[in-house]
Amino acid sequence: MAEEMILRGKAHVYGDDINTDYIISGKYKFKTLDMDELARHCMEDIDPEFAARVQPGDFIVAGENFGCGSSREQAPLVIKHAGVAAVLAKSFARIFFRNAINKGLPVVECDTSGIRQGDVLEVDLGAGKVTNLTRNAVVEIIPLPAVMMDILKEGGLTSYLKKHGGFRL
Amino acid sequence: MGLTITEKIFSNHLGRTVRAGELVVSEVDFMMGQDGTSPLAIQAFRELGGRRVHDPSRVVMVIDHSAPSPLEGISNLHAMMRRFAAEQGVHLYDVGCGVCHCLLPEQGHVVPGDIVIGADSHTTTYGAINAFSTGVGSTDLAAAMLTGRLWFKVPETLRLVLRGTLPAGVFSKDVALFLAGKLTADGANYLAVEYGGEVISSLSVEARFTISNMAVEMGAKAGLMEADEKTLKWISRRTARSFSPVAPDPDASYREVLEFDLRELSPQVALPHRVDNVKPVEEVEGIPIQEAVIGTCTNGRLEDLEVAARILAGRRVSPEVRLVVAPASRQVLLQAMEKGVVQRLVEAGAALVTPGCGPCVGTHNGIPADGERVISTANRNFKGRMGNANADIYLASPATVAASAVAGKITDPRRLL
Ligand code: SF4
Repeated sequence: MAEEMILRGKAHVYGDDINTDYIISGKYKFKTLDMDELARHCMEDIDPEFAARVQPGDFIVAGENFGCGSSREQAPLVIKHAGVAAVLAKSFARIFFRNAINKGLPVVECDTSGIRQGDVLEVDLGAGKVTNLTRNAVVEIIPLPAVMMDILKEGGLTSYLKKHGGFRL
Repeated sequence: MGLTITEKIFSNHLGRTVRAGELVVSEVDFMMGQDGTSPLAIQAFRELGGRRVHDPSRVVMVIDHSAPSPLEGISNLHAMMRRFAAEQGVHLYDVGCGVCHCLLPEQGHVVPGDIVIGADSHTTTYGAINAFSTGVGSTDLAAAMLTGRLWFKVPETLRLVLRGTLPAGVFSKDVALFLAGKLTADGANYLAVEYGGEVISSLSVEARFTISNMAVEMGAKAGLMEADEKTLKWISRRTARSFSPVAPDPDASYREVLEFDLRELSPQVALPHRVDNVKPVEEVEGIPIQEAVIGTCTNGRLEDLEVAARILAGRRVSPEVRLVVAPASRQVLLQAMEKGVVQRLVEAGAALVTPGCGPCVGTHNGIPADGERVISTANRNFKGRMGNANADIYLASPATVAASAVAGKITDPRRLL
């Protein structure tokens, strides 16, 4: 599925080291498994307007080390439930990276330095490139390890394991 | 070319030589979920069609993050964990047992050479006893509960050699903060860290946990140390499991080897809102504080409470400050009671809370007010971490926190020791 996935949306731009507490604060995440409710608090401590501003299909765009901090899987889940189609960053913290793939949220490692707030982007996961339609610029995506691409293609680890009955390596 | 600790542990598990960069599927020796991550893992386990946990004796669940529950929603998630554990024969550490990362080694669940996963980022802690242990998300935990296995990318290793002896008043927490400051929040992203040198050998096993705990604050996947006499003695008192320690080969190939001479290290403080925003205490002394926290998986062990009690004995917590103390486990609390440590802390004005995470992650037990400053022995000071985005969190050693609680402002503990 990911191979022909072309995503198009607006960029919401952040800096380096966006941690999982910023993505979803611990004070909310322990309370419930209702991700739509949690999604209303997505990015709240650094960008209180985000939940109201984000449109389905938009992108979160960041610098280095996106998703550092805790192992909470609620982080990629609330991003997904907020309607975000993919997260683009120069680099990701490893647990977040793994969780996002496991939950079927595309994470795109690429040079995000030219992307500005509100730019319209087209992300082509199959071809491995991001086109900034606002600025007419193209950047390449750093490819995922094969096992991660397989999991993402199946829409996450749960459907991957159900389909294959185990890990295929 | 020789192998790192990480490469050897994976090689031992797979029965062939494995090198950094390889993707492998390995048996997992032990796994853990806490109350913030287990409910999602249970949900994922069910979605996977899971009926029985592969090997319940290799799984524990811990209720520590919001324990006892401050809210009805959390109580229901706790109840879900209790039902799952009972149904599956998985051991559950309930309210009051302590923080997961203190419990697992203390209760003898982890031994040298193990591969351990925990649905909590500070699972790196057990690297201090020579285990490859790493944090994962809930779905990875569910997959491992179901199959007993998980896929890993074997990481390259960054070796940190810590030279010298620590001066009086300087502790392993100061070393962990110093390294986070030097390497920054993503300085070890995707890498395993191996710690070596005289500083590590001179530390107690408890103090070593503090350093491996904070490996993840530099982005590391694991924070490993070799097992020495102290480790073996510490483990053998706690476990019935057999094990073989793993040392790196002398010609192991590292991403990088960095040496630090710590003979002149001062007590360190991380300033808001980043763990790598670290300064020596001399540069931040005098900043007024309203709350002080001693505890957490980083620094809630017996010797942490002891050093705090040493500073607080015969003194009083400043009337401007609330000092919250959360022992890391029931065993720590019992020992601290036996040794009179609790008596001294409480007499000095400390508020003792349930063994567990305490106010670390902002669910209960001491959420700061707007504009307040907190000094804590925890491992993270992100904005909002303790439940209020309008408060500032400073991180330091138990000695620095205790000294600051007495003075009502950030204080160099060396003057009070
Ligand atoms: S004490 Fe804090 S850092 Fe440690 S496990 Fe609990 S919440 Fe996480």
